[in-house]
Amino acid sequence: MDENQLAGYADKNQLPPPSERIPAIRWLKQNLFSSWFNAILTIVSTALIMTIVFGLLRWALEARWEVIPANLKLLLVGTYPVEYLWRVWAVVYLVAFLLGFSSGAHGGLMRRVSTTAALVSVVLAVLPFPWGTRGWLLGIAVAAAAGFGLGYLGKGIRWCKRLEIASWILSFPISLIFLNGVGGILPVIKGRTMWGFMLNLIGAVVGIGLSFPVGVLLALGRRSKLRAIRLVCTAYIEIIRGVPLISLLFMASIMLQLLLPASVRPDLLIRAMLTITAFSAAYMAENVRGGLQAIPQGQYEAAYAVGLNKALTTILIILPQALRIVIPAIVGQFIALFMDTTLFGFIAILELLNITRSIMGNLEWRGTIFELYVFIGVVFWILCYSMSYVSRRIEKTLGVGER
Amino acid sequence: MSNKVSSSHSVPFWRDVRVLRVIGQVLFLVIIAAGILWLLNNLQVNLRACGLRISFNFLKNTAGFPISEGLRYNPTDVHGYAFWVGIVNTIRISLIGIVLTTIIGTVVGIARLSSNWLVKKLAGLYVEVVRNIPLLVQLFFWYFAVMLTALPMVKNSIGLPGSIYLTRRGVYLPWITPAESFGTWAWYIIGGLVVAIAVYVFRRIQLKRAERPGFPIIWAGTILILILGAGWFLTPGNPLALTIPVLKRFNFEGGLWLSTSFTSLLVGLSVYTGAFIAEIVRAGILAVSRGQTEAARAVGLKKAHVLRLVVLPQALRVIIPPLASQYLNLTKNSSLAILIGYYDLMNVGTTIFNQTGRAVEMILLIMASYLTMSLLTSLLMNYYNRRMKLVER
Repeated sequence: MDENQLAGYADKNQLPPPSERIPAIRWLKQNLFSSWFNAILTIVSTALIMTIVFGLLRWALEARWEVIPANLKLLLVGTYPVEYLWRVWAVVYLVAFLLGFSSGAHGGLMRRVSTTAALVSVVLAVLPFPWGTRGWLLGIAVAAAAGFGLGYLGKGIRWCKRLEIASWILSFPISLIFLNGVGGILPVIKGRTMWGFMLNLIGAVVGIGLSFPVGVLLALGRRSKLRAIRLVCTAYIEIIRGVPLISLLFMASIMLQLLLPASVRPDLLIRAMLTITAFSAAYMAENVRGGLQAIPQGQYEAAYAVGLNKALTTILIILPQALRIVIPAIVGQFIALFMDTTLFGFIAILELLNITRSIMGNLEWRGTIFELYVFIGVVFWILCYSMSYVSRRIEKTLGVGER
Repeated sequence: MSNKVSSSHSVPFWRDVRVLRVIGQVLFLVIIAAGILWLLNNLQVNLRACGLRISFNFLKNTAGFPISEGLRYNPTDVHGYAFWVGIVNTIRISLIGIVLTTIIGTVVGIARLSSNWLVKKLAGLYVEVVRNIPLLVQLFFWYFAVMLTALPMVKNSIGLPGSIYLTRRGVYLPWITPAESFGTWAWYIIGGLVVAIAVYVFRRIQLKRAERPGFPIIWAGTILILILGAGWFLTPGNPLALTIPVLKRFNFEGGLWLSTSFTSLLVGLSVYTGAFIAEIVRAGILAVSRGQTEAARAVGLKKAHVLRLVVLPQALRVIIPPLASQYLNLTKNSSLAILIGYYDLMNVGTTIFNQTGRAVEMILLIMASYLTMSLLTSLLMNYYNRRMKLVER
């Protein structure tokens, strides 16, 4: 342990200096008018803020906001049939339940996330939605609460944690099957390339979920001592990262069926999902590689000294530590992927951004272009910003970068 | 020695790690190759079913579609040239975007560290808003909502100081164009550059021998400006002419016209990437500890020297690699041009595909173009990183 580290420990135990209450005038002088240059900056930026805020306010008051509630269902779930909407709610409930369960079992950050989700659903239920929708919205909070109770009860039980992980993993395929339907049991829903915002969410979740195992393998392959494996993995990663996603989507839309035998004809959505997975895997690999590189050599040596072979060392010692480090990076990638799903519109999939065109094409809603884009921007912003907030919190609790 | 020999004799080859490694790699390669061959075989079968064969001969056929901006181009030109026009357009938007986004990013990055509370918060707001909204939504906003809906028609254009006009048909700017006597002046440019580079190298070597810090670039720049100025007066007539956009009957004439698609793509890409660059610049500045500046001042370096010799080299080492990857992102993101009608290589490529039905060839060409740009950038980056690597004790 060198001196720096010692100093770091000492710092943590020291109390912060007593906070000083600064009078408002002094605060203004220190932070806004400390020099003539700063004073000018303050005045200019105040003017800028005023212009923007007043411009926005004036526009927002005149805007035809009724276009949003009138088309809300179309924007969020597209052409998903109304009589089967309960399936979408069921999936939302499943996720809310699992969130509640995890928060009950762990507390901490999870608890704040699920509490926020439940609160948001209650607040939304107060808004003037149709009564049926309000009931469904309240159900989210109920599901989260039920999950919380169960999780809290099962906290100490050993298999509870395994059950939790297993149900999180299983919830992905179950949700997808539930939304899509299975032959014989649940009617299959047609037109699944027109599901609006749901497709953005599905695309991002599937992209991250499927690319995770592939990305880990690619990262291990890129660090392998075997030249052939290293070469192939590196080539894959660099090629994918070197081209824009839109060119890959273009390839998926026109060339993928040429590369597969005539009997295999995946539909557009499947192709889009495969593409985004292949794309995301390369970036995932680089994130995971970053985590692998952060593991000190001593960990390998210690594991070998204990008698573990290479495979076991990787699985039991290295990966758990490396993956823990890269959780924030993966959340970041999820956000990027989530935003990238708007490119699905390029291959004629009606996700949130593309489905607005059908609304703008409607004579009744002509000239509502600002309202719609602002709505989309706000929806993405809220979700992405809160995710990146959570990611920053995770970073703090994991103590990445400090040990 | 004998021990080694005996051990290699006693281990059968199927348990010898070296042999196993080779076998494993060969097997892996065989599986990969088999997969690729399977795909290629499918491709051939499928193409034969459509009566197609892979060949790049179609690039010599007449393109027949218009491209409204970029290099001089006629619909009668061949596909290959049309694609080249697209590549140049991609490079054009990327280079201009890189300059613009660097300015935005640097200003905002420094503003985020400002001692002014309001400026700091404003810069932070910009970064957080822009980073968390999909680029395509922003591009659509600039293109459909701002350029095509909010801006006025040509007749009621918004005039900005300096004869800049914003209209629904694009942006008109004053521009400098070479006049007749430019050819003569061009020789002064070439000569000036040669002399300036020579002076730079000479001064640099001189300073290095003397082991003194200095600014050879100032010497070189002054000499270049002097030679160019002398050339300006010695050539008959002005070598450069300023043309200003003037509203004629239906449209503006003169000056530089930036199309609607180009402007919205440029603004969208620069604003978006600028937010990421701001964070990089901020991190770079924060990475150089205060002690470095103080120590350099204590040693007696001048303020300018502190910045150039101590702070900037350290900050740039942190800034440049992520900055380069942001530049590359901007270049790749410029492919979204296709969705707002700018003729970049992706857009021209898909148009050629739609006309000829040559899927495989066009995808290969498009991917190869982007890969070349990425590889060139990363080669440059690797070279830079090797030069700038910390030389540790």
